[in-house]
This record gives sequence, structure tokens and C-alpha cells, in this order.
Amino acid sequence: MSIQTTRSEDAPALDASVIAALGSGERPRPAHALSSSLTFGWRALLKIKHVPEQLFDVTMFPILFTLMFTYVFGGAISGSTGEYLQYALPGILTQTVVFITMYTGLTINTDIEKGVFDRFRSLPVWRASLLVGALLGDTLRYLLASVMVLTVGIIIGYRPPGGVLGVVLAVLVLLVFCFSLSWLWLIVGLKARTPNAVMGVSMMVLFPLTFVSSVFAPPETMPDWLEAFVDVNPVTLLCEAARGLMDDVPDGGDITLVLILSAAVTAVFAPIALRLYNTKS
Amino acid sequence: MMRMDLAIETHDLVKVFGEQRAVDGVDLAIPTGGVYGVLGPNGAGKTTTIKMLATLLKPDGGTATVLGHDVAREPAAVRSRVAMTGQFASLDEDLTGLENLVLLGRLYGYSRVAARGRATELLAAFGLADAAKKQVKAYSGGMRRRIDIAGSIVVRPDLMFLDEPTTGLDPRSRNQVWEIVRGLVGSGTTVLLTTQYLEEADQLADRIAVIDHGRVIAEGTSGELKASVGSGAVHVRVADPAEREQVAGLLAETLAAEPVLESDRAAISLRVDQPERVAGALQRVAEHGFRITEYSLGQPSLDEVFLALTGRPTDDTDEEEAA
Repeated sequence: MSIQTTRSEDAPALDASVIAALGSGERPRPAHALSSSLTFGWRALLKIKHVPEQLFDVTMFPILFTLMFTYVFGGAISGSTGEYLQYALPGILTQTVVFITMYTGLTINTDIEKGVFDRFRSLPVWRASLLVGALLGDTLRYLLASVMVLTVGIIIGYRPPGGVLGVVLAVLVLLVFCFSLSWLWLIVGLKARTPNAVMGVSMMVLFPLTFVSSVFAPPETMPDWLEAFVDVNPVTLLCEAARGLMDDVPDGGDITLVLILSAAVTAVFAPIALRLYNTKS
Repeated sequence: MMRMDLAIETHDLVKVFGEQRAVDGVDLAIPTGGVYGVLGPNGAGKTTTIKMLATLLKPDGGTATVLGHDVAREPAAVRSRVAMTGQFASLDEDLTGLENLVLLGRLYGYSRVAARGRATELLAAFGLADAAKKQVKAYSGGMRRRIDIAGSIVVRPDLMFLDEPTTGLDPRSRNQVWEIVRGLVGSGTTVLLTTQYLEEADQLADRIAVIDHGRVIAEGTSGELKASVGSGAVHVRVADPAEREQVAGLLAETLAAEPVLESDRAAISLRVDQPERVAGALQRVAEHGFRITEYSLGQPSLDEVFLALTGRPTDDTDEEEAA
């Protein structure tokens, strides 16, 4: 039986209105690189608006961590929770923001799975602008998480000796490093088969990197072999740079090293990510 | 060598995924204007072929020219003139229909105001004005397909790839999509349509290529293809299942064809080469006093086309769609 197309109530003059809509389309010049990147950044903001649950990790996670570590371990480690808070808060800030970088990989992988990725890649715009736009959206997450950690910290008694300037600079250093780390997660996101796999890989890397560092305890208190790892762990370097700025004893060497490391990580991983992105099947 | 009247021309196009030759030497010459159908089962290489033509995948061998531009050497020129819609090129489900179209409009270079105007116009044209502020994930299958297509004509493309646009749609939504495709063609866009349904290719396409295992195994108008397959099948349902065997025997005798007794205990089907004899055969059944509740003379199905062209039934592999 063949179904004849009836132009009655089934499809009310769709044809004619489609032709009209086609005819009225002009053909502007496609958006340039900056404009398309900002447009993709706008998309990231819209997604946050429509799926506010995605901010749950960004907000609850830092609050829980700050409270848990301060009150559970604080007394044991430093003798008093207040003293421990002064030591640990820059570390918790570092850990939180570094952890959130994995959402970059998660986002791109979800786009691939849903088919949005190929739609965007088929457009006549600078291809990498999808990635740049995603990174812009991520910045908002990093900032939100930083604000949460600092707010909770200040409420329970943290006072940064470095003042507002020290805190702002510390957050900036964290952002620079996290941008470079995002390229690594983009590679994972482009390679992994499912969003769950992205989560798994990211956790496996981030848990040891952030916990086995100077985030929660001074490395001098650890066994030598562990201290050796902690000393070369880039998260330790990052944490110490941020801690120096917030404690008003900025270490120019640490900060410079973080910037060099970030540049190196970007130089290595960004080309790989872009190549994978362009040849993704 | 390159013909200007062709929208798409490929020579020996190849794509290999690991061991599997997903596309294994495809030659196509698709004229400008009208609808060209690519027919084949899952895993035949349809989607992979389209992805190469739309510059989303690099060919591993052969050449492909789209609207006069080589896909490997001038991908940007190709991208500025084609659009794609399909299982693999969809919209952001978290955003509303309006936001999706504004986003695409901005990327195509419209100003903020113009992008919004264009999006509103398209939503109205596709009967989606009421759903403009709903997230796309809340759309029905038919609305979803319409917004996908609307997204592809924010700027009218010269060539549109439609990958299985009606798979999984109810008949009403399918008719709407067909209407849209006809509208697109009427406005001068060339459409390359992939489908698993012979009927869809028959309804829409001027010419059809049948693809199997990454190769074109037949090409022509739907009339030419059907002629190569035979006229199709007659399906009969008897009123009393107890009489089925006798009716089948009568039909087989009159039509000189092998009856197939289906799992439905009242149904019989037979392949026929001379449909004009079916009426006489049914008449004979009636004369013998058997009652028939239903009969139809159907087009050959894709399975039957495949059987005729390859000598074996279609074997679905989902590997390609997963790749």
C-alpha cells in the first residue's frame, strides 16, 4: 500500500511556506573566528541556564570539601581547625578548580555522542572555535567554583594574608594552568567512546594528582619516597604558587614555573587535540 | 574530466576503518537539481560516504568533487555551500528551538537581530512557532526532524545531505518531511537523500544508487531498478486459517509461483512477475468458495531488491553507524 501525500489537514501548506522561507534567506559572510568562538561561548552559557544541575558539582563539591577537610582532618593535622584552614584553603581551591577541568572533556564527548558535534563541524566557520567557545564556558565554571570555595572559607574563618589582590592573582594563575590542562581533557573527550569513560579516565588521573600533593598536608611530613613524588607533582607546584600569593609570600620562581609549564602543556596537547578534532570520524 | 552539470562526482572513493572497508570504491555522478537517493541497509556505507562528501571525514582513496570543489583540497569552499541533516548532524537538545536556530544564524554570519528574525521566520514556516521556547529534547520525533532541517536552511544551501530523514517517523510526520524535501528541491537545492526504504526513494528520488558493502551495486531511476527486481509480491489473508493451505495451493497453481506461508496463520504471500494475472487468481479463489479478508499487491521491498541484486538477503551490520 502506498501512502499518497494529501495536502489537506495533514501538512497544512508546509511546502509553500518552506519555499517562502528559503527565498527570504540572505547569504551573509560566515562569522569570523572571534565571533564564532564567542557564539559558542554563548551556547555554553545557555546550557548552564537550561541545565543548572550541571553547576551542582561546581558548587556543592567545593563546599563539601572545604567543610569536610577543615573539620574532619583539621584538628588532627594542625592541632586546630582554624590553623589548618589557613593552610588548606588555597590547596582546596587548587584541587577544586583542577578537578573541574575534566568537564571540558565530558562536554565535548557528549556533543559527539548527540551528533551536535558533526553539525557544528560542517559549518563554514573556523573549526576550532567550538573548542575555544567551550573553554570560555569553562572559565565561568572555574570562577564560580573559586567564589564558592572562598565564600565558604571566609564564612568559617579563613583570612587571606595576601588580601584581595593576592586572591585574584592566585585565581588567575589557577585559570592559566587549567586552560592548558583542558587541552588534555579535550583529547580524552575526543578519544573516549562514552561520557562515562571520560569520567573514569579523568578520575583515575586527577585523584592521585590532587591528593598526593601539597594540597592537604605539607610534603615534609610524608615518607621520603612519597615526598619525592609530591615534589615533582605539577599540582604541588601550582598549589604552592597559589598559596604563596594568598599568604602574601609570593614565590616568583613557582609562578614562573607554572606559567612555563602551562605553555609547555598547551604547546604539546593543543596541536594533538586540534588534529584529533579535525580528523574525528 | 570534471563535468559542470554534476553536483557530486566521485571516482573510486574509499574509506577504511581498521580492517573494514566501509566505503570500497564508490563511483557517483549526481546531477544538479532534484533528489538523488542512496539506498542501502545499515552498515552499507551510506553515512560514511556522506560524511566524506560533507568534509567531515577524509577519504582514504579516490576523489570526490562537490559543486566543483575537491573535498580534500577545498573543504572550506564545500562547507560554505552544503548543509547536512541526519542522525549524525543534529541540534543541541538542551537549548530551545529558537536558541538553536539563532546560534546557527549567528555562526552563518547574521547579526543578533537578523539571526533572531530568521529563526522566527523558519520556526513559523515549519509549524514550530508554538514550540520555539521549548527545549529540543522535549520535541516529538517529527518536530525534531523538522527543526533539524530548519537548522540546515538558515542559509539556503546549494546541496543538502539528508541522512535517513524519516527513519522512525510516523506516516504523518514522514509526509511532512517529504513535503519539505519537495519544497527544497523546488527552490533549487539539490538533495542527496539516504534511506533504507525503497518506497521513500521511489516517492522522492529522480535517480537511485543502491549501495551494499561499500559498493554501488545498481544505479538508475526507480522504474529501472524495479524492472530488474520483478513486480513484487502479492499478500493475501484468508478468513478461515483452516483454508489457508488450499487457497495457497490454488494461488500457486494459477500464478505459477511458490507460496510462502507466514507466521500469521491466515497470511500467504507469493512473488509474482506478472501482476496482471493476480486478479484472475483471486477470482478463482472466490469461485471455489473461499473467503479472503485482505489482499495487496506490494512493491518489492528493499529486501527483495537486495535479494534480486545480490542473490542474498540484506544482512544488517551496525558497525558503520557506530563508527
